[in-house]
Amino acid sequence: MRIKSSEITPVAAFRQRRLLLKAAAATAASVATAYAPLSPALERQGGERLSGVRKSFLSVMEQPTEREDIVGYGNFIEFASDKSGHVERSQLMAVRPWTVAVEGLVAKPRRFGIEDLLKLPLEERIYRHRCVEGWSMVVPWVGFPLASLLKQVEPLGSAKYVEFISHADPASMPNVRRPLLDWPYSEGLRLDEALHPLTLLAVGLYGEVLPKPNGAPIRLVVPWKYGFKGAKSIVTIRLVEREPRTAWMKAVPDEYGFYANVNPDVDHPRWSQGKERRIGEFFKRKTLPFNGYADQVGQLYTGMDLKKYF
Amino acid sequence: MQPTPPQLAALKVTLFLLCLAPLAQLAWGAAYNTLGANPIEAITRSTGDWALNFLVITLAVTPLRRATGWAWLIRLRRMLGLFVFFYAVLHLVTYLWLDQFFDWNDIVKDIAKRPFILLGFATFALLLPLAATSSHFALRRLGGRRWQNLHRTIYAIAILAVVHYWWMVKLDTFRPALYAAAIALLLGLRAWWRNAKHLR
Repeated sequence: MRIKSSEITPVAAFRQRRLLLKAAAATAASVATAYAPLSPALERQGGERLSGVRKSFLSVMEQPTEREDIVGYGNFIEFASDKSGHVERSQLMAVRPWTVAVEGLVAKPRRFGIEDLLKLPLEERIYRHRCVEGWSMVVPWVGFPLASLLKQVEPLGSAKYVEFISHADPASMPNVRRPLLDWPYSEGLRLDEALHPLTLLAVGLYGEVLPKPNGAPIRLVVPWKYGFKGAKSIVTIRLVEREPRTAWMKAVPDEYGFYANVNPDVDHPRWSQGKERRIGEFFKRKTLPFNGYADQVGQLYTGMDLKKYF
Repeated sequence: MQPTPPQLAALKVTLFLLCLAPLAQLAWGAAYNTLGANPIEAITRSTGDWALNFLVITLAVTPLRRATGWAWLIRLRRMLGLFVFFYAVLHLVTYLWLDQFFDWNDIVKDIAKRPFILLGFATFALLLPLAATSSHFALRRLGGRRWQNLHRTIYAIAILAVVHYWWMVKLDTFRPALYAAAIALLLGLRAWWRNAKHLR
């Protein structure tokens, strides 16, 4: 019904109206209690189905976490410092028009419109997702390998690292008005990590367009690293020569390293990394080295002291 | 304003039930699955918040009594103080049971490695003698002066509890800062009165 009515009303106006109503209702609801669950009106986000999505053999054979939990629980610090405040607040973020600039040490720098990126061959990748805070999920992302985008811009031989810059809009993102991190949020990968077939740019979730709380319209997913490496709402991808200092490294250098590979043997000063709570499960489970992707990515780090390069 | 004994009794019962409301809300949430995606985290946070809230409320009784002249407010303080302990027990039990599942090996490692966990345990340990000596009987046995000296450790407990919260937070210290401000105000008032008395 919703899609049909949007064919009559201009889509943008229709959505904006709905969003304002939703946001107003949501704000009122969220004031009621800090631990409030998702309000029913917000349970479905995104909504538009992505077509031609292929299954991928890189998916794990585990039960995906409930959609409601994937959308309703997480960190999107630009909007909120708790685990659910971002859900309502992110509704006012404008995700169209959207472009991703791929620049830096490349032969053919380019600005990609989100519509063009959505036309790339899309795959569903069901990945484990492990947050540095000790919880985890299984997420059915939809996207394409970062490598396929990087190939189009032809990285130069001098490019050794890739930097990811997120959208930072003080008007719609309350925490961007506060000096919590050195905004915009930024993350980075070594070039070989970025080119690894598991490294994904996600544009969808559960077969639909990526919901705003999960980093619409496009975000990074690196399943063997802690979740914070997955920069949300990306606007710039820059190829560089030196290891970039990420937003978290600048804010708390002794707690967050550049690599941030999931590692049960390297403790974080705040959270034990030996176990994790899978959202939806009661008992904790053991955390696996590289989040269970050791066979695929272990060779990237041969000879490296993972306690030093945490 | 001086309530009659039946009025005071009614007030105490009402306050008692009111103090149980946060627990009732959690029990309801657990039963109807409305605590969000990570219910155990929600319970840990909520019980910790309420232990701190009751600590602030308990510390506010004396300033409020002085400001209003309502001496009878002091008769509500023990119950409020015991609710600090009550929510601290729930907070600790949630950690030991639902978070760690009594894996003592992991718990000892957690205490050794994470200063905020160590501080949480220390704060709780300091609460124990206060809860144990909350009765009239204990007050009489200890004698007023000694009892009062012992119970003044609540000031240290308040500071430790806020530091415990502060160190737990990953980035945004706004909420622990609010508690720090409230406790600084309540302890500052006491220091100020003390000084004023000495000057006179």
